[in-house]
Amino acid sequence: MALLELKNVYKIYGDLHALDDVNLTVDEGEWVAIMGPSGSGKSTLMNIIGCMDKPTRGQVLLDGKDIANESSRGLTDIRRDKIGLIFQQFHLINYLTALENVMVAQYYHSMPDEKEAMEALKRVGLGDRAKHLPSQLSGGEQQRVCVARALINHPELILADEPTGNLDETNEKIVLDLFRQLHDEGTTLIVVTHDAEVGASAQRVITLEYGKVTSSHGDTSFGKAARKDVV
Amino acid sequence: MKRQTMYFRMITASLARRKSRMLVALLAITVGSTILAGLVTVYYDLPRQMGEQFLAYGANMIFVPSADSEGMRSEEIDEAVAQIDADVEGAISYCYESATINDAPIIIAGCNLEETLKTSPYWQINGALPSGDNEILVGLEQAEFFSLDVGDTVSIAYLPPDAVREGEQIIGEVEGKVYQDFTVTGLLDTGSSEEEYFFISDTDMSELIDSDLTYDVTELRVNADADELAASVEKIKQTVPGVSPQLVKRITESQTTVLSKLSALVLLVTIITLALIMICVATTMTAVVTERRREIGLRKALGASDRSIMLEFMGEGLLLGFIGGLVGSFLGFGFALLVSTNVFNSTITFLPALIPVTIVVALAVTALACILPVRNATKVDPALVLKGE
Ligand SMILES: Nc1ncnc2c1ncn2[C@@H]1O[C@H](COP(=O)(O)OP(=O)(O)OP(=O)(O)O)[C@@H](O)[C@H]1O
Ligand SMILES: [Mg+2]
Repeated sequence: MALLELKNVYKIYGDLHALDDVNLTVDEGEWVAIMGPSGSGKSTLMNIIGCMDKPTRGQVLLDGKDIANESSRGLTDIRRDKIGLIFQQFHLINYLTALENVMVAQYYHSMPDEKEAMEALKRVGLGDRAKHLPSQLSGGEQQRVCVARALINHPELILADEPTGNLDETNEKIVLDLFRQLHDEGTTLIVVTHDAEVGASAQRVITLEYGKVTSSHGDTSFGKAARKDVV
Repeated sequence: MKRQTMYFRMITASLARRKSRMLVALLAITVGSTILAGLVTVYYDLPRQMGEQFLAYGANMIFVPSADSEGMRSEEIDEAVAQIDADVEGAISYCYESATINDAPIIIAGCNLEETLKTSPYWQINGALPSGDNEILVGLEQAEFFSLDVGDTVSIAYLPPDAVREGEQIIGEVEGKVYQDFTVTGLLDTGSSEEEYFFISDTDMSELIDSDLTYDVTELRVNADADELAASVEKIKQTVPGVSPQLVKRITESQTTVLSKLSALVLLVTIITLALIMICVATTMTAVVTERRREIGLRKALGASDRSIMLEFMGEGLLLGFIGGLVGSFLGFGFALLVSTNVFNSTITFLPALIPVTIVVALAVTALACILPVRNATKVDPALVLKGE
């Protein structure tokens, strides 16, 4: 079943078509990479899928519900309940420890649970860094905290915008491995990247140019198959 | 973990771990609360302080001899006092005479010293009041000049006016000069002109000048308002010709007006202080919200509702307000104590109710100041976290 469906989506700033008639379907459990040159509309697309922005025109169906009709409050609810976000710039709260940063996501979602948050940190290999502030963590470690935070509420969909853009090879591998695990567990992943290797890890690569989807490579059925294997 | 625990952990972490502008706001609230609590404490205590102070200023009515009279006899004074309808708390008459100690001129005042303390409660006496014959109370200035201390004996020379002849010198041995030894029983510390005089009892004075006393001035402390005092003055003028009664105007009038003027001043300072705290907290909060736009966007991206964002920033503001108010209420009492001891020379009572009141005021002002910046915080677009910046 399609988790996400974009139909004739436009995002227009003045006379700039940041997204120009985008049609896209992402199935449950699928791992999709979005690539394309700078300014091609990748972040714009992520913002819309992530319910942080609305399209100028078109339908965005998440679980069959059109987010274009949602109020900003409704969008907040969807974001909180269904989506995990990972950013290029880490975006941790700088005065909270790694553990607390993960717990913030729990706090807005439901109940802060220190033990569960600690499990998530251990899972990304940061069990011994839980009490560190972001400034005391390396870039790779910070990004792993973000991953822990994104997966803590078991979202249906994880969106990552350039998650490895600022990481060295070792950390890139760690993050990719985490994505692989999440994928194996059935989480749907949409990853924006410039990195060919990251793109290659995905099942499908979608290329954007000037706001248009210019190509879509990969085996769409693989996602479903992989999911069946797990279940 | 409870949500409230996490909430509290977040806002305290924000204040404790970010060495930020919030400290400026905290400082402003603390200083403001200190000023407020201090002012209120002093102001609350003021009527009592003022009462004592004005009483300490002593007389609100004086008698002096009328223009054609050399001095007032005690019968005349008694008659005049009897004309006053209100309660006379004290009436003390002074008879001043010039004398010399080792040919240095001095002024001696003869009076009923027991009575003096009633109209002049601010008199501080090191030692005791003269109680027996030939005892003397010495003004501090004179005591220093003549190197006198309690227990010393001083010889005072008096030359009756009728013994002085035109052009003749009065220094040294002069015919008619009388000498009398006095024992110093106390030194008088008033901080004003009384320190330049020597004080002896009426009877000693009468013996020294060898005649009945006529008084130069009578100081009265009358428990009456300005109108009643004026009425008494008129009555005495009509009935006792030898006595010219006068009101010590400035004091009686100011006693009532000073308080109302001060309360207006306190109110004004209070309003200005509150306004300043509010401006400072509001600007700081606005700056903080701008500074933390990314964090706000991130929180929203993580699913924070507008309400949560408002609660968090308001919570930080109110926590500052609480701490500032609490610290300020204590500092304010210290400040009031300082003012009171330095200005009024007395301590003040601590008002326990002042602590909650100051905190509530500080909270209210911070809350008011935070409304706009906090509302701006909710307007931050979560999409900006994905933008590179
Ligand atoms: N809020 C906005 N107002 C006006 N134009 C915008 C806005 N946001 C994005 N754009 C424009 O839309 C286009 C797409 O931007 P977007 O951020 O989606 O690019 P991108 O593919 O993510 O680029 P990069 O790889 O550099 O991150 C750009 O030309 C950008 O200038
Ligand atoms: Mg981008």
